[in-house]
Amino acid sequence: MSWLQKLLPPKIKRSLGESKKTVPEGLWSKCPSCEAVLYRTDLENNQEVCPKCSYHNRISARTRLDFVLDPEGRYEIGAEVTPLDPLKFKDSRRYIDRIKASQAETGETDALVVMQGAIKTIPVVAAAFEFKYQGGSMGSVVGERFVRGVQVAIEQKAPFICFSASGGARMQEGLFSLMQMAKTSAALTQLSRAQLPFISVLTDPTMGGVSASFAMLGDIIIGEPQALIGFAGPRVIEQTVRETLPEGFQRSEFLLEHGAIDLIVDRREMRDKLSTLIGNMMRLSAVA
Amino acid sequence: MKTSFLDFEQPIAELESKIEELRYVQDDSALDISEEIDRLQQKSQTLTKDIYNKLGAWQVSQVSRHPQRPYTLDYIQGLFTDFEELHGDRAYADDPAIVGGMARFEGQPVMVIGHQKGRDTKEKIYRNFGMPRPEGYRKALRLFRLAEKFGLPIITLIDTPGAYPGIGAEERGQSEAIARNLYVMAELKVPLIGVIIGEGGSGGALALGVVDHLMMLQYSTYSVISPEGCASILWKSADKAPEAAETLAITANRLKTLGLIDRIVAEPLGGAHRDPEVMMQTLRRALKDELALLQAKSTTHLLEARLDRLMSYGKFKENPVR
Repeated sequence: MSWLQKLLPPKIKRSLGESKKTVPEGLWSKCPSCEAVLYRTDLENNQEVCPKCSYHNRISARTRLDFVLDPEGRYEIGAEVTPLDPLKFKDSRRYIDRIKASQAETGETDALVVMQGAIKTIPVVAAAFEFKYQGGSMGSVVGERFVRGVQVAIEQKAPFICFSASGGARMQEGLFSLMQMAKTSAALTQLSRAQLPFISVLTDPTMGGVSASFAMLGDIIIGEPQALIGFAGPRVIEQTVRETLPEGFQRSEFLLEHGAIDLIVDRREMRDKLSTLIGNMMRLSAVA
Repeated sequence: MKTSFLDFEQPIAELESKIEELRYVQDDSALDISEEIDRLQQKSQTLTKDIYNKLGAWQVSQVSRHPQRPYTLDYIQGLFTDFEELHGDRAYADDPAIVGGMARFEGQPVMVIGHQKGRDTKEKIYRNFGMPRPEGYRKALRLFRLAEKFGLPIITLIDTPGAYPGIGAEERGQSEAIARNLYVMAELKVPLIGVIIGEGGSGGALALGVVDHLMMLQYSTYSVISPEGCASILWKSADKAPEAAETLAITANRLKTLGLIDRIVAEPLGGAHRDPEVMMQTLRRALKDELALLQAKSTTHLLEARLDRLMSYGKFKENPVR
């Protein structure tokens, strides 16, 4: 405790530390899709899905895992792995400063959170991307945490689930990032060898190097409604081909139609669907 | 063929055209100026050496894209015999941006697969500037499997700006096609050698790049994104490509220091296109060495080493577990 804090009366002390929380959160929120004005609590109780138009808002990695995993018996995997700046990368800002800023903004140490836990008591390992951390980009830490998650799944004989939300490879780590595509894909060969399921859930957005590696290698690939999924970004494609892109291009529904994903699952049904699918793949006795 | 020079090579170009002029004069001149020509040629060599000794990453990137640089089919012709090109992915189309087939290397049957760029405008369009579509990766995958079935080592030649960003490519599952190759290459039961002969552009390059031994020609590049692409995203201006090239670490030297490639194959002075014959000989020796080393390993050992190598990629901090 600093000398200043020691001198202050208790009431002021509290408001110093928690000044952020005393500012009331927005009570209302406007749906970016249908523009309906929604009561914030209603949206939260509906897993951040618009009750009017079913628009799926982007959510944080931990919120995602909260929605899917049982509350009991969760252990985080790979939190001991944190980022470095191997290239001393610098554009308009230094990478090392970007790392600090993203960590402060999101409270995460990198863009992937991995947890061992259970879905309706079925043990699983689940990973989720934090899109707000540098666009959920994949660098060395994301790759390593993914691999450690897969290894725990193999040890525990549990299925591995990954919820992607990423702009692709992280440029600031150069070729190290590109190699994470090879690394994560290779880890999945080991999971397959152990005959354990990999379920890949593609959420908005799943692009570039993440899409072109483990995300498209699921035994089952699930898309969230309306998620943008693809290799090249729509703007890059538009500039290259100089054509207007077709309606709904690179959305989950478009991928389903073109045979690229197995099914689309509404976030509110995700937990149920996952447990059913896993139950079948693991040949578990039917859950009541 | 007359050498075409890059911007930073203009001083060499001027000297060379002077030499050319003198040669022309000498033909019908009573005066012997061969000494002068020799002197200028020496000077041109020294100048080239000086310039190439301190190439920046952006300049290397330009050499890697030199319009006269040998392409995959040139290397196939120069290094292999009995090449028979095999076409198509058996599902949709044949992609001319990737070529492949069986051939003999030093008398030994192998599978050789590489990106192919075009020389003139017509061929450039036909080859789609070396930017593969999903069919290309799927053809490569088919040939990988074929090689595995018949126990043939695989040699890949990498030279692409990247995967093609097109509507059809997305519709036909560009992402899945690249991902599948990464997955399958990780457990193919035959030795894989990769050589980056020009541009190693991102996922499009990696889809032929998961190998047991990765070489780079001295003036080739390998990068997660093109310097131009990186500059326009991070600096909001493609003019900053030289800065991006430098900081992205895309040259053979930087990547060797970072432990991301295994071997640098020296190029002739001024780049592979200045003396393709010498380039072929140097690469032949390198391939021969490495192939022998890999073939001496048992399949189990080969696959274990490949997996260990893949798992070792990445630089991060390991903190004590609380």
